[in-house]
Amino acid sequence: MNSTLTLEAPHARWRNEYWATLIAGGIVLILLLILAAPLLAILSQALFDPKTEQWGLGSIEAVLDSPSLLQSLFNSVKLALMSTLIVIPLAYLYAAALTRSAMPAKGSLRMLALIPLLAPSLLPGIALVYLFGNQGLLKSWFPDGSIYGFWGIVIGQVFFTFPHAMMILLTALRVADGRLYEAASALGAGRIRQWFTVTLPSVRYGVLSAAVVVFTLVITDFGVAKVIGGSFNVLALEAYKQVIGQQNFSRGAVIGLLLLVPAVLSFVLDHYSQKKQQALLTARAQTLHIKATPWLDRCALLFCLVVSGALLLILGTAIAAALIKQWPYQMQLSLQHFNFDDVDGGGWSAFSNSLKMSAYTALFGSILVFSGAWLTEKVATCRGWRPILHLLAMLPMAVPGLVLGLGYVFFFNHPSNPLNALYGTMSILVLCSIAHFYTTAHLTAVTALKQLDAEFELVAASLKVPFWITAWRVTLPICLPAALEIARYFFIATMTTVSAVVFIYTPDTMLASVSVLNMDDAGDTAASAAMATLIVISSAAACAIFAVVSHFLQQRSQLWRRQE
Amino acid sequence: MNRAPAIASQHAELTIHGVNKNFGAFSALRDISLAVNKGEFVCLLGPSGCGKTTLLRMIAGLESCDRGLIAQAGRDITHAAPNQRDYGIVFQSYALFPNLTIARNIAYGLKGRAQDQQRRVSELLDLIGLSALAEQYPAQISGGQQQRVALARALATSPNLLLLDEPLSALDAQVRAHLRGEIKALQQQLGITTIMVTHDQEEALTMADRIVVMNHGVIEQIGTPAEIYQHPASRFVANFVGHCNWLNTLAVSPHQVQLGQHTLATHRANALVQGQQYDVFIRPEDIELLPQWRNDPQVGLGKLLQLELLGSIYRLRLLVNEWDGIELEVIISHREMAQLRLAEQQLIPIYLPADKLRCFLPEVSA
Repeated sequence: MNSTLTLEAPHARWRNEYWATLIAGGIVLILLLILAAPLLAILSQALFDPKTEQWGLGSIEAVLDSPSLLQSLFNSVKLALMSTLIVIPLAYLYAAALTRSAMPAKGSLRMLALIPLLAPSLLPGIALVYLFGNQGLLKSWFPDGSIYGFWGIVIGQVFFTFPHAMMILLTALRVADGRLYEAASALGAGRIRQWFTVTLPSVRYGVLSAAVVVFTLVITDFGVAKVIGGSFNVLALEAYKQVIGQQNFSRGAVIGLLLLVPAVLSFVLDHYSQKKQQALLTARAQTLHIKATPWLDRCALLFCLVVSGALLLILGTAIAAALIKQWPYQMQLSLQHFNFDDVDGGGWSAFSNSLKMSAYTALFGSILVFSGAWLTEKVATCRGWRPILHLLAMLPMAVPGLVLGLGYVFFFNHPSNPLNALYGTMSILVLCSIAHFYTTAHLTAVTALKQLDAEFELVAASLKVPFWITAWRVTLPICLPAALEIARYFFIATMTTVSAVVFIYTPDTMLASVSVLNMDDAGDTAASAAMATLIVISSAAACAIFAVVSHFLQQRSQLWRRQE
Repeated sequence: MNRAPAIASQHAELTIHGVNKNFGAFSALRDISLAVNKGEFVCLLGPSGCGKTTLLRMIAGLESCDRGLIAQAGRDITHAAPNQRDYGIVFQSYALFPNLTIARNIAYGLKGRAQDQQRRVSELLDLIGLSALAEQYPAQISGGQQQRVALARALATSPNLLLLDEPLSALDAQVRAHLRGEIKALQQQLGITTIMVTHDQEEALTMADRIVVMNHGVIEQIGTPAEIYQHPASRFVANFVGHCNWLNTLAVSPHQVQLGQHTLATHRANALVQGQQYDVFIRPEDIELLPQWRNDPQVGLGKLLQLELLGSIYRLRLLVNEWDGIELEVIISHREMAQLRLAEQQLIPIYLPADKLRCFLPEVSA
């Protein structure tokens, strides 16, 4: 070496980057604690037989030997298949009308289809009781209380899963290459042949993906069955009853594991089909221009009006039930059902707890998700954490809330866990909700970050501007709409969820969605409808607030955002 | 490393010695050594995958260096982080911050008092001639303007080294030709040492003081544009930079080769091994077409096969039976064309100047 050289320490890094790596590691650790550890806990609980105090498959075998359990497993599968068969064609036609017809009012009809997302899954059950139940207005449609059982659950599940299926199909149908349709027309293919040769091949993965999502949602949901199932038992409800009713934790854990099987399978299938779906769209695809066909557009509009009308009817019934003095005998309006303090179920404090939990989840969840995604995507020294963070972030998609909630019971309630102090607090509810809804939020953040030029950070480094200043001045402002979207998603999902938190709330941290369940259980159906209505109103209000804020932001940033 | 690195040179801004880079089993760069003088404009030229971008990214500290040494102004920066180095960079995508105005983009790396920053920004805006667009956003200006803003941002902190990664490839042909001249003029005005990566040989020939031709991770030749074009050091360089004719010959003396029945004299610098096969290279514009036959061993008779007008020049294809039936590509000007008065299938005397004939050993696996 020449003596004129001044040598430096080979791996001198800025202290900031050192901290960034540490923080990224911290986020991974948090996810391990709030996600991986509870899942391991439920696994060990299922594999540990409390009677013989030995490890093994004893508990699992005992569950599988029980005929009542096999019956509920069979019921669950039958229910999920039927719901899927009904919801997929409905959602497909609705999405097709929105994307491939020239009907008017597409924006409003799209919003109407998403209404069920604002409500807890118990709401359709309650509404169906008021419509078709023993005292229902349309009792004659389902005589002899036949709404309590299979068909009641199916209708409730169709309501509850419709927006999920519709959104997936909407995305699939939006990806259309106009050139293919032009070529097909030029070659003399009619509408039907075009559908089979061009449309179907391009949306089949979307249809498959929507079907597995609906199937999994139905299999793992117990809210609808709880309210309107009557004596029709399903697997998810069985797990809930075992744990809440009979304190039989190991049995609950085994059923939880059974529920994990279809969820994981559908996750793998969905992941595979989404990869295929993405490969279909080439960069040179041209937008499909919709030509007006009056009779078809009118049919599409009629269909959408009927479907969204049905959704509105169910929502409206629940709201009406909350506001009517005594259905169906005294149909005057009254606010008496909102006097929650007169009935068991937590009262108004449950509602304010829910608001608090949702606000905290939206705030801390967005910060955690965005920091994790940003550090691993944009900061070179944190790249090493990316694979494990991504794996952990994708996990919640495959884990039903019920399983996660049970895992929380086993992990955080364990006497030798130093985190035991969290049990029964608001913090654990917030942590659980963040974990439960992590996947969608993470994917939103990663998608937004990936759209930024990968060279921003490199330019900044060459100008000797620290990476966190670039994050503050460039990355965050550009990604602000996505960050707001993440916060909104966290808020509404947390406001309406029952499945995970139902296992870990305490009387002090009673939640609105759980109190809907409890009040209905205690026979106070009207109060339960009132609470469900409150949840819908606050979710809708949150949506409106976020819409106003992002509209305001878009106004401010429209100068520099490219016109689409 | 038995050869001492040449970094003691007072004139070198950047010295690269014995640099290697592997991506798994793939060897991206092998034993790269290069010295860039202060104020010099160097082009890294080569086809995609030749390692030129990898080399630039290593100089910028964006890729690690497996072996070897990189030094800037006598300081070892082989393993320094990007922000510990002294350079400005312009990427192919420009990477302008879309939410900041042109002025704020340029000011991004500036430190110190606001007035000083403002002065520097307006100085740079004047330099690139975009003062009127200071408060516009990147999406509102054209590609060529964006390119100049990216350049101004890279120059704002007065770095001693400017790195350009295919800075013109995203622009259309006319803007590109215009900006070539502008960047070169700016570089000369500021006297800043510049390294530019490009796959466009015309760009390299017009802009660079020196060109580094790369292929398969090694340097094929370093030289001025004229050297590279007129005296290519390898078959690859000859083929990559400009058009060429290749003649399959057999050496009959240190300076003479046999082509068909004829013996041709070649460039005096060639020291040929008798009895060895050689590929003889000549540029299409170095072949002379004669209005009359001349009795000279370097002259043969060609038959005109094809004539194309390429705007300012003509391109001809000729078949020369006596030279082993070879087809030659020849480029001539309009003036020469007028003197020749050509018609198809006509026979034309062709003269191959000896000092333009360069010999290469045939490629083993060609």
